[in-house]
Amino acid sequence: MTIKPPLSAPYTHAGTSISRTMGLVMLALLPATLFGFYLFGWPAIFLFASTLLAAVLTEALALRLAGKPVRPFLLDGSALLTGWLLALTLPPWAPWWIGVVGSILAIAVGKQMFGGIGQNLFNPAMVARVALLISFPLEMTLFTTPAPLFSDQAPDLLQSLAITFGNPAPYDAVSSATVLGHLKTELGRGVNLEQAAAGSASLWQLTWGQAAGSLGETSALLILLGGLFLLYKRVISWHIPLAMLGTLAALSGLFHLLNPDHYAGPLTHLLSGAAILGAFFIATDLVTSPSTRRGQLLFGAGCGLLVYIIRTWAGYPEGVAFAVMLMNGCTPLIDHFLKPRIYGRDRRGEPLNYADNGGNN
Amino acid sequence: MAAADRFKLFRIRGGVHPQDRKQLSAEQAIEPLPLPPLLHIPLQQHIGAPAEPLVRRGDLVKKGALLAASQGAISAPVHAPTSGRIMGVGGYPAHHASGLSVRTITLKPDGQDEWIDTLDPVVEPFNLPPDEIARRVAEAGIVGMGGATFPSAVKLNLRNRYRLHTLVINGAECEPYLTCDDRLMREQPEQVLDGVLLMARALGVERILLAIENNKPAAQAAMGEAAQAHAWVTVVGLPTRYPMGSEKHLVQTLTGQETPARGLTADIGVVVHNVATALAVHEALRHGRPLISRVMTVSGGAIRTPRNLRVPLGTPLSYLVDYCGGFVREPSRLVSGGPMMGQPLPSTRVPAVKGSNGLLALTDEEVRADREMPCIRCASCVQACPCGLVPLEMAAHIRAGSLDGSVKLGLLDCIGCGSCAYVCPSHIPLSHYFNYAKGELAARQRAQHKQNETKRLAEARSLRLEAAKKAKRAAMLKRKQEQQAKQAKSAEAALSETSQ
Repeated sequence: MTIKPPLSAPYTHAGTSISRTMGLVMLALLPATLFGFYLFGWPAIFLFASTLLAAVLTEALALRLAGKPVRPFLLDGSALLTGWLLALTLPPWAPWWIGVVGSILAIAVGKQMFGGIGQNLFNPAMVARVALLISFPLEMTLFTTPAPLFSDQAPDLLQSLAITFGNPAPYDAVSSATVLGHLKTELGRGVNLEQAAAGSASLWQLTWGQAAGSLGETSALLILLGGLFLLYKRVISWHIPLAMLGTLAALSGLFHLLNPDHYAGPLTHLLSGAAILGAFFIATDLVTSPSTRRGQLLFGAGCGLLVYIIRTWAGYPEGVAFAVMLMNGCTPLIDHFLKPRIYGRDRRGEPLNYADNGGNN
Repeated sequence: MAAADRFKLFRIRGGVHPQDRKQLSAEQAIEPLPLPPLLHIPLQQHIGAPAEPLVRRGDLVKKGALLAASQGAISAPVHAPTSGRIMGVGGYPAHHASGLSVRTITLKPDGQDEWIDTLDPVVEPFNLPPDEIARRVAEAGIVGMGGATFPSAVKLNLRNRYRLHTLVINGAECEPYLTCDDRLMREQPEQVLDGVLLMARALGVERILLAIENNKPAAQAAMGEAAQAHAWVTVVGLPTRYPMGSEKHLVQTLTGQETPARGLTADIGVVVHNVATALAVHEALRHGRPLISRVMTVSGGAIRTPRNLRVPLGTPLSYLVDYCGGFVREPSRLVSGGPMMGQPLPSTRVPAVKGSNGLLALTDEEVRADREMPCIRCASCVQACPCGLVPLEMAAHIRAGSLDGSVKLGLLDCIGCGSCAYVCPSHIPLSHYFNYAKGELAARQRAQHKQNETKRLAEARSLRLEAAKKAKRAAMLKRKQEQQAKQAKSAEAALSETSQ
């Protein structure tokens, strides 16, 4: 009897795979996504579909050009997830080409140009989002107030097609700023925070998601639910989300205490924008975050710090994408300096010393 | 047992929880395997120098007779598992992935199974001096039976160089499928304990810890009962986590102390022996019997009836498979040992040896092999590594051909437990990379050693030639001088003759 050429132990496996991991993340994103569809109607669904389709097609093309096997790499689900994450961060009524250009940037530039899955330094979805934000600031900041499906404000199917695939703004959308954008503008004009906040969504609206914002970022609650699911499934660990949200909360709390007129409180910061989505789904991206727990704490704290700085003092109201990308750039350095201590050695790598036991080894 | 509940355990990092699949064989009592028609007994069944054969083709031997003597400080002798005729000393496939031929004694059993009459049991072995216990263990050919096969007597002699305080008996059996140690502890707790106490006597330690994973409550109970009369023996229940049976991690769990890198557990005063080794020590001291058989678990989804068997060493593994009803279907992998660290076997046409604790025939579903994908830096391997290594980076270095880079990252601190490869979602054979790199390093060291040796020999040769040349020249010079002296003398003589 002969046996297949043997390789090496172990001859058993935990049964995990890349596609399973990606699948779990997508599953975790599903509630917030469906809620986004409900809130922003058909245009959001069309935009989502075009973004994902473009991501998969770009991946297939890039793999073929690189001479890699297309099927197994496409089936790993990573391109789909990148497209999905990108779509969630877009203004829900953005024209189709925003999603398509974004996906091409994410997959071709953000991922395949680095060498494909696992090789990219930056989170591909964030590369695309930042590039879009810089290149098409108008389209990328045109947010609509929610117009839930089957409600009176909702555009019908034809109007929806026109919004996504037609000429710009054929439908008289009620456009609105996001909470952070609104606060930024108002504070910039010297209005104090209380008055500024009066004109924007309440904390309750932010928690539940009835606010103007990106396609999948508005419901802090549903995103948090997905994040907790990922924690439970051990796809991610608590280190990055907690460090990031904790730092953001601590900083905003501190400044809010010092000057409540000028600095928004921690809840506003946590619940609005991409803070929670970023903390659970973007900063935790396996490829671009550090590999040790200590490194992840540092990375998360860095993200939180940068989010606060960018939101508060930089030119953009929204900081998660920039913050995560900046910290992505630090990941190799963090990994280099924060290695775990090797068993039987001290932190410098020297063997532990028990010379007093008479041994001469 | 009461003491076990209070025993304070320490945390170790990393580790995994593979499905243990022990239920396949855990309730199968140990059965003696009938003698096969032929036994193939390799001369090397241990770490160290191979034993030197003392028998020739045609010799008749009795059960327990010395077949081959140990060579050097780290080696172990080999004895006859039964009585019969020596068919020859020659090549036979090794118990190894390569299946390459190794020097093996072939013995044809005569069916009498008759012991030698020089068995030398000790009536009161606890009166023996420690050296004498160790000597008898060495003579019985006992090696570490957990799979490491390090000659046990060498470990029993560590008291000469280290201050020892604790003997740990490794009954963790953390590898999935294997139940042979579990069965031994359940079925022969008194004998196991006797061997343990004898080893403790040889080592001169003050306490004994019998460490058993919590998924073996029956073994814990049996050993606890046996140990009740001995206050210095504690049965400790261990959390079930792979690789709890790793010597250094076991000791850390029990004592909180880490064994220094490149050191032995003896550096922190602890010696670890396996349960089966303890039983072999009991057999050797109480009955004078050498190590000629061992308990093995035959299991896996492809085996019809998984069993625990007492196997005469040298039995071809195909014989074990047949005894267990053969294969239900073609196995995907044949493994010697457990699925996490076991050796792949090329076929069942290899003999059982002292270190083999299990034979597994695994199906595709059990192996769960999958296409290798690129690393996504998920760091599952970093979290799983019990040694604090960064497997993904080590593998990247090895892939890029930088052995030195991987050594700097701790390649030589890797215990090869396979936890990293077990959890890798990309199914990267990380252990395979590390084994390969360790092999390359060893080969490189050998090459370097050879080069140094060649250089040394060449230098010695040129020195020798130089010296020879010098001696030759000196001899020639001397001869010339003598000749000249002679000539001068005869000339002188002639001169004096003529002058007369």
